[in-house]
Amino acid sequence: METVISLERVWAGYPKTPVLEDINLQVQALDFIGLIGPNGGGKTTLLKVLLGLVQPQRGTVKILDRPVTQGRRYIGYVPQILELDRDFPIQVRDVVNMGRLGKRKLFHRYNRKDREIVQRSLVQVGMADKGDRPIGELSGGERQRVYIARALASEPKILLLDEPTANVDSHVQNSIYELLKELNQSMTIMMISHDLGAISSYVKTVGCLNRRLHYHHDRLITPTMIEETYQCPVDLIAHGIPHRVFPDHADGSSSPTHHHSSSCDHA
Amino acid sequence: MVLPRQPTTILHPATMLDALQFDFMQNALMAGILVSIACGIIGTFVVVNRIVFISGGIAHAAYGGIGLGYFFQFNPIWGAIAFGLISALGMGWVEQQTKQRGDTLIGVMWAIGMAIGIILIDFTEGYKAGLESYLFGSILAVPRSDLWLMFGVDCVIIALIALLYKELLAISFDPVFATTRNLPVRSLYLVLVGLIALTVVMVMQIVGLIMVIALLTIPAAIASQWQKKITAMMGLASLLGISFTTTGLWLSYRFNLTSGATIILVSGIAYLLSLGLKAYGDRQSTQPEA
Repeated sequence: METVISLERVWAGYPKTPVLEDINLQVQALDFIGLIGPNGGGKTTLLKVLLGLVQPQRGTVKILDRPVTQGRRYIGYVPQILELDRDFPIQVRDVVNMGRLGKRKLFHRYNRKDREIVQRSLVQVGMADKGDRPIGELSGGERQRVYIARALASEPKILLLDEPTANVDSHVQNSIYELLKELNQSMTIMMISHDLGAISSYVKTVGCLNRRLHYHHDRLITPTMIEETYQCPVDLIAHGIPHRVFPDHADGSSSPTHHHSSSCDHA
Repeated sequence: MVLPRQPTTILHPATMLDALQFDFMQNALMAGILVSIACGIIGTFVVVNRIVFISGGIAHAAYGGIGLGYFFQFNPIWGAIAFGLISALGMGWVEQQTKQRGDTLIGVMWAIGMAIGIILIDFTEGYKAGLESYLFGSILAVPRSDLWLMFGVDCVIIALIALLYKELLAISFDPVFATTRNLPVRSLYLVLVGLIALTVVMVMQIVGLIMVIALLTIPAAIASQWQKKITAMMGLASLLGISFTTTGLWLSYRFNLTSGATIILVSGIAYLLSLGLKAYGDRQSTQPEA
């Protein structure tokens, strides 16, 4: 299996107070990896390291075997939607066009091929009829789709999403996850989220990040991972999990919520 | 013996058309149009990038260059352009390094530039002709040669914006995404602040450095209330600028007022009207249908 993202012994942040400690991660092609962790646990920093926006203190980062500044060309980055974006006078199609930036040299205009790919990306995310709408008139979920379309327009090998469902209602969340699941057939997806429930039902592998990364190429979240990542307010984050992802314990408890509290008690 | 005071009869043509028979009036009108085009285009980027503060800083720091011009006896406008560009690059760099937290440093650069200008003018011997025009503007005293300079600056601005449109739009909308596409975001940003500097120096001659920001941002700010596309915003802002300078010019001529301040007042009133109109329109459209 081809490794598309590789982090080896990566430390980042400030020398005295590292935000990321000794991160080792090999992401395989066509994986759908979800990273969860508390706020301030380094999720955003890890994302910035992968995009070459933050230089790690130590360690090596490779994207498709290239250094990040080269490799990031193959990453379609989907940022979190911000309220501030609404004010910007820009239409959907112009946002998606930006996905083509790396493909066209400075001073050159977008050409017919660019327009075709942009249109295709809009169709893929179900926004084909809204290309001429100003971004300020869209709902949160629609804007998230536009950002996904922009990433797709860059013809990425990897999709990197920062909290794609942070500011949208649960119905829209599911439709976005369904879209990602579909896209995952042809590209690797890495997603940062605090939404443990959705992550566990859609992703293929899960990592827990709180300065250190717990990742086992599996979608099972073990109590140990949770404990070490969240220092155990497990009830809270486990609430509303649609699918059972926690391994059974010997006591055979069936309620997930009860299950987690008991797993904490074990600690 | 005291003569009875004669009523001063100043020729006040009632219409702009009558006034236009004067060369200086033609020049003033032309200057207003040329400056408004630059303001419409660049002001749009200033407004959407929320860098009004930097633009104000550039305008005031440019005064250092004016002082330099007076002291070394060259055309102060070249000094202003040089100082404006240097301070723009400095402030742009600070802004990039500190990510929105550079306002103190930018404020300091703003003040130092201004202070250098004042001190240099203190050191300059003799009569300092036209100094006021840089502070308060003098659209009525713009010579024909300056019109050509303005025309040149307009051409540079239009050409660069047209060539770099997709990049400048991208760094304005989402600099992080632009970086991941390996765009030279920093250099592009410096090009943008450089263009702001050129525009600011140009506008300074019309309304003076104290009110530059108003003419740079008010038309674009109004346009942003009604247009949802950058290019449309630029066009509308330019047209608004032209109508404000023309109206202001005529009013200042008709009632013998300071031209720069009149233009700004016209723009400011238009802004408030637009704001009210927009708020009214929004309320109408959000009201439930009967």
